[in-house]
Amino acid sequence: MSHLLEVDNIVLRFGGVTAIDGVSFHVDEGELFAVIGPNGAGKTSVFNSLSQVYRPQEGDIKWKGSSIMGLRPDAVAELGIARTFQNIALFGQMTVIDNLLMGRHIRMKGNWWQNMLWKASKAEEMANREKVEDIIDFLEISPYRKMPVALLPYGIQKRVELGRALAMDPELLLLDEPAAGMNLEETEDMARFILDIREELGIAMILVEHDMGLVMDIADRILVVDFGKPIGTGLPEEVQQNPDVIAAYLGGDFVDL
Amino acid sequence: MSFGRPLLRTSYEADAAILPTWFQKGSAIVALLGVTLMALGFGPLEAIPKFLLGNTWINPVTITVVFAIAALGINILVGVTGQVSLGHAFFMGTGAYTAVMLGGNVGEEESWKACVPFHDNMGLLAEQGECGLGLPIWIWLPASGVVAAAIGVLVSPAAVKVRGLYLAIVTVGLVFIGLHLGRMLPEWAGDFESGRKWPKLDLRLWKEETPLVEMTEDGKWFGLIHLSEEQKQFFFLFSIMLLMLWFAKNLVRSRTGRALQAIRDRDVAAEVMGVPEFKYKRIGFAISSAYAGIAGALFASLNGRVSPVDFGLLLSVDFIAILLIGGAGTIAGTMLGTVFVELLPEVVEKFTAWMATKLDAGGPVGLISNFLLTEGGEGDFGPISIATVAPGWPMSTFQWNFVIYGVLIVVFLIFEPLGLFGVWLKVRNYWKGWPFSY
Repeated sequence: MSHLLEVDNIVLRFGGVTAIDGVSFHVDEGELFAVIGPNGAGKTSVFNSLSQVYRPQEGDIKWKGSSIMGLRPDAVAELGIARTFQNIALFGQMTVIDNLLMGRHIRMKGNWWQNMLWKASKAEEMANREKVEDIIDFLEISPYRKMPVALLPYGIQKRVELGRALAMDPELLLLDEPAAGMNLEETEDMARFILDIREELGIAMILVEHDMGLVMDIADRILVVDFGKPIGTGLPEEVQQNPDVIAAYLGGDFVDL
Repeated sequence: MSFGRPLLRTSYEADAAILPTWFQKGSAIVALLGVTLMALGFGPLEAIPKFLLGNTWINPVTITVVFAIAALGINILVGVTGQVSLGHAFFMGTGAYTAVMLGGNVGEEESWKACVPFHDNMGLLAEQGECGLGLPIWIWLPASGVVAAAIGVLVSPAAVKVRGLYLAIVTVGLVFIGLHLGRMLPEWAGDFESGRKWPKLDLRLWKEETPLVEMTEDGKWFGLIHLSEEQKQFFFLFSIMLLMLWFAKNLVRSRTGRALQAIRDRDVAAEVMGVPEFKYKRIGFAISSAYAGIAGALFASLNGRVSPVDFGLLLSVDFIAILLIGGAGTIAGTMLGTVFVELLPEVVEKFTAWMATKLDAGGPVGLISNFLLTEGGEGDFGPISIATVAPGWPMSTFQWNFVIYGVLIVVFLIFEPLGLFGVWLKVRNYWKGWPFSY
């Protein structure tokens, strides 16, 4: 059976440091997959490998059965893989609307000279603006639409970033710590958005998160990594019982990996 | 259009309009009318520029219009795409030379080469060279944009891979290459000092005697209105500027412009959003160079002389000053910056000249001018020298202008990074919140 995304034994090294050491997993359509692990375990490196910002030296990443290794990040985006960033990478001087319209970039066609003449690209701009407004409604950020995102509070920025990724009409959404630094209420809001995205839009997601409560509540399956190595995959209950995972998180006797 | 609630929009199209509120629309119309009447010599309105810039005020204003085109270009590269380039003068030069080669005044025979006597690279006076091809403006003006853009694309592989300071240094290199080529190829560039013949602005279908639209002599225009040469050129260049302004504005409000801004704000994120970084940097480079090329060509034909020395590093720095003072990344700011940077020196000069006439007038004005100006005589003090040659203290107005720029740039960088546009925003936001919300 072919999975939506298949990661096969990837290895990523920076000089002498092996950031990812043989991680394999797969994600099916509509699935909410979570990657957890202590700080520095290589979770974000996995994301960067998926979007080809980093190029793993070994292994293979397959999107719907064909390899995406060696593609440029923008080509990966066009396949339908969208992501958010751990430390918010919004376009700070642009407004919320423009940020979300940026997400529509790959779904638009107008080239520079059509844009400069405006007439030819007007219809397209307006149609995409409508899509963006739908997302703004969905994420309840309409009061902030016209503000430069750099001025917005952190929690809203996180939401805008989620919106920007959604605007790409992705089939797989990579969420890098969507609830990092948020209070309980904001975390609950974010969890609700994530569940809504799954139920209403049916988008598969990979979630990296430190908030264990959130992960255990909403994830279908979980991969645990530590020091770049996978130490367990399975349903939330299974992972919670896994002795290696407990050792990695709570300390204890060194487990020989 | 709603007068009571200007921020109420009923369609996305209205929201994306260049001038979304009736106030902005109205002010634009008033400004256009004002400028037109001013240029036509309507007394009360003309009094303002006459007072600030003297009777020949239309000349510096026309040059400013041309610089505004180039500034729009540098704004696309530096302000919108965030790639700090000091090579703008080189691209202006490219455009200017394309224009003189294609459109230069025809002499004995038509040729690409220079028309005036020039010194060869041994420093000897060579024979009189030949002129440009004498093609009409509708060929040389777009061509100068296209050639500059092409050269921009040609050098972009080196430019797209470096960022920030490194890019600035790479592009400075371009300016020096341009100057060097000018020195080494006098039969192309014309004499290093005196340059070569310029193309005329007249609009011809081909090379016929009487131009379709004539712009180099005083006289009736379209058989309707009597205008001077300067006025004709002003109107022509001003319309070109408006067109280029409209192009630039369309660019930043649509897909390509957003991608460029995204690269400026966060290049890695832009790539992950599906923007091929190098491709878009190249587009930014090319469009900016095209603007520079067109401005360079117009500058050449206005200046009536094209020489490599006109396109030195200081010209590039001028544009950076325009962006910093006006507000990088905003088109309104670019316009404000251009007007400020290009016209302020003229105003300072005219003001000094006016003060000089009051030296012996007595009264408070005479006292102030005595205090500020010095003719270099014994016991005569003051920071501004009006003697013809004045190295060192006191400085001439020319030197003072540099000081004023330097100080202004520092002041804006520290207090108002958004430039004059930021000042306007502050004023606007103040009135927005004061007693009524609109």
